[in-house]
Amino acid sequence: MALLEIQALTVDFAGKRPVRAVDHVDLAVDRRERVAIVGESGSGKSQLLLACTGLLAANGRAQGSVRFGGAELIGGGDPAGAVRGRGIGFVFQDASGSLTPHRRIGDQMAEAAVAAHDTSWQTAMATAERMLERVRLPDARRRLSQYPHELSGGMRQRVAIGAALMSQPELLFADEPTTALDVTVQAEIMTLLAELCRDLGMALLIVTHDMGVVASLADRIAVMYAGRIVETADAAGFLGGPRHPYSAGLLDSVPTLADADGAELRTIAGTPPASGMVFPGCRFEPRCPRREARCTREDPPLAAGTASAVACHFPLRRENAT
Amino acid sequence: MTVRYRQAQGRSQELAAVADASFRVGEGEMLGLVGESGCGKTTLGRAILRLVPLAAGEVRWRGQRIDDLDRSRFRPLRRELQLVFQDPSSALDPRMTIARSVAEPLRALMPGLAAAGRAERVARQLAEVGLSPELAERYPHQLSGGQLQRAVIARALVVDPRFVVCDEPVSALDVSVQGQIVNLLARIRRERGLASLFISHNLAVVARLCERILVMYRGRIVEAAPREAVIRAPLHPYTRELLDAVPVIDAGAKRRVLARSIGLATVDAARSGGCAFAARCTHAQARCRSERPALRPARDGHLVACHRAGEWPRGLPPLVPG
Repeated sequence: MALLEIQALTVDFAGKRPVRAVDHVDLAVDRRERVAIVGESGSGKSQLLLACTGLLAANGRAQGSVRFGGAELIGGGDPAGAVRGRGIGFVFQDASGSLTPHRRIGDQMAEAAVAAHDTSWQTAMATAERMLERVRLPDARRRLSQYPHELSGGMRQRVAIGAALMSQPELLFADEPTTALDVTVQAEIMTLLAELCRDLGMALLIVTHDMGVVASLADRIAVMYAGRIVETADAAGFLGGPRHPYSAGLLDSVPTLADADGAELRTIAGTPPASGMVFPGCRFEPRCPRREARCTREDPPLAAGTASAVACHFPLRRENAT
Repeated sequence: MTVRYRQAQGRSQELAAVADASFRVGEGEMLGLVGESGCGKTTLGRAILRLVPLAAGEVRWRGQRIDDLDRSRFRPLRRELQLVFQDPSSALDPRMTIARSVAEPLRALMPGLAAAGRAERVARQLAEVGLSPELAERYPHQLSGGQLQRAVIARALVVDPRFVVCDEPVSALDVSVQGQIVNLLARIRRERGLASLFISHNLAVVARLCERILVMYRGRIVEAAPREAVIRAPLHPYTRELLDAVPVIDAGAKRRVLARSIGLATVDAARSGGCAFAARCTHAQARCRSERPALRPARDGHLVACHRAGEWPRGLPPLVPG
């Protein structure tokens, strides 16, 4: 049984113009597995994480099933409890989403452990120090009495990761954990996350728009577009040969140094669809270079329950299949 | 040029946001400026356009000093020197239609132009950046991020400037859209022969557009060289670090781990006498901490500010995966 099992998860936002942010998504994360959800703004990738952990905005509603360690989190379950207690840790894009500005770092971290494990304050503080060492923050003991603003952005993100580890989670959710950071610091945080997953035997579900994160961190990848997963595959196979035209376009769009000779960047035509749009056929059809008449009428399904699947009537062939 | 800011909290100390930056932009050249947040690159771009005052040094435009001109004598030059803002969503007045926003600089800087002539220029300008006429009558909130950035570019170009500072024009955009704007800027530069300073934290994007690149670290230019030299034979350890941080996206990149130790740049080296990068430099020696290296020619057209640059005549190799 998978550690996290998402089935037909749908997230709706009520309002003058109702929006379906996530539309019947299936996804599973195994123990110790590192899965990356890749997508652009408005793809629904962040709402998916928030729905799993009960952190949706007040007008948001999740339907479907999210089972973590066998327990149902949607509809009657207590997803926020899974986050607060042991089980699932959460790291946000901006460390200020995890840390309170007016409290000392040690106090904030210890509090989480006391809440989750009912340990003494002293033990919790010792754990906090150990976690700061774990995330390789220099001078861990001194940091405990510092406030978040006294640290650089990269260090704050380390603290936020350390705080998420306090409850010894089996699964870490990370929502664009490197996006707000400088490029060299991004690489450090990715390396750190990889080490932590390996050393602590922790699974990771990371949401990102950054293919570099995928390449360096993920075992498996799910590409989201307009609320749907359009492709899922193991990372190496995906990077070697994406099958959905959108995945291929995304990979091609990333500027690299290999061909930095002033040549035109390859791009995807058009823009990501505005949230709330309704599509009779494939959602990517208006931007797709491979579209045919059938694509405007029939919504291509994603085969559920398989490790590698693509929702496309005319997928690319994997060139260097492994 | 040098730009200093008085520090808050009434301290008498001043902090140099940009120190001793010297460079020139050629006719029709797109010069790249790369560095991380807070390194002073935005301040530098703004100082050229007199949006922040210089503490020392000078700015010359076609041989004429412009930093010390009084307002009335600088006014005619405002048409020639324009800025493309960073965040497209805040660069346009939300209460104005796109056409109105783009017409604004014409009203201000070319008051002699009649309404009909103005409308025609706006229409032509919108076409150049790829915005359809029906978008002209919309408001900013009705446009996508990519469309907004096109409008911001149109606003800067409508007065037919001779030099443009582009401050992170693609950073806020989705990857699939980023490439469209990069290609647009390259085309405009080619067709108009427009000179510009292109500022970005993304070295791969800068390398795509610019034949010559400046690398900035903590207010100082630490390397200035042609694109090929920066990419293939960088001489400053910081440039090497930026290059190593650019994602390599292929199936083999999966296990690529950044060898560099965790960032320990806790010392505010800007205050010490040595090299600002010494605190986190793997090559630093005693001399680096006591004596600031000047930016000087290492070879033809390649400047570097590093005491040890002479020791790696073929450039610094990438850090080998650990």
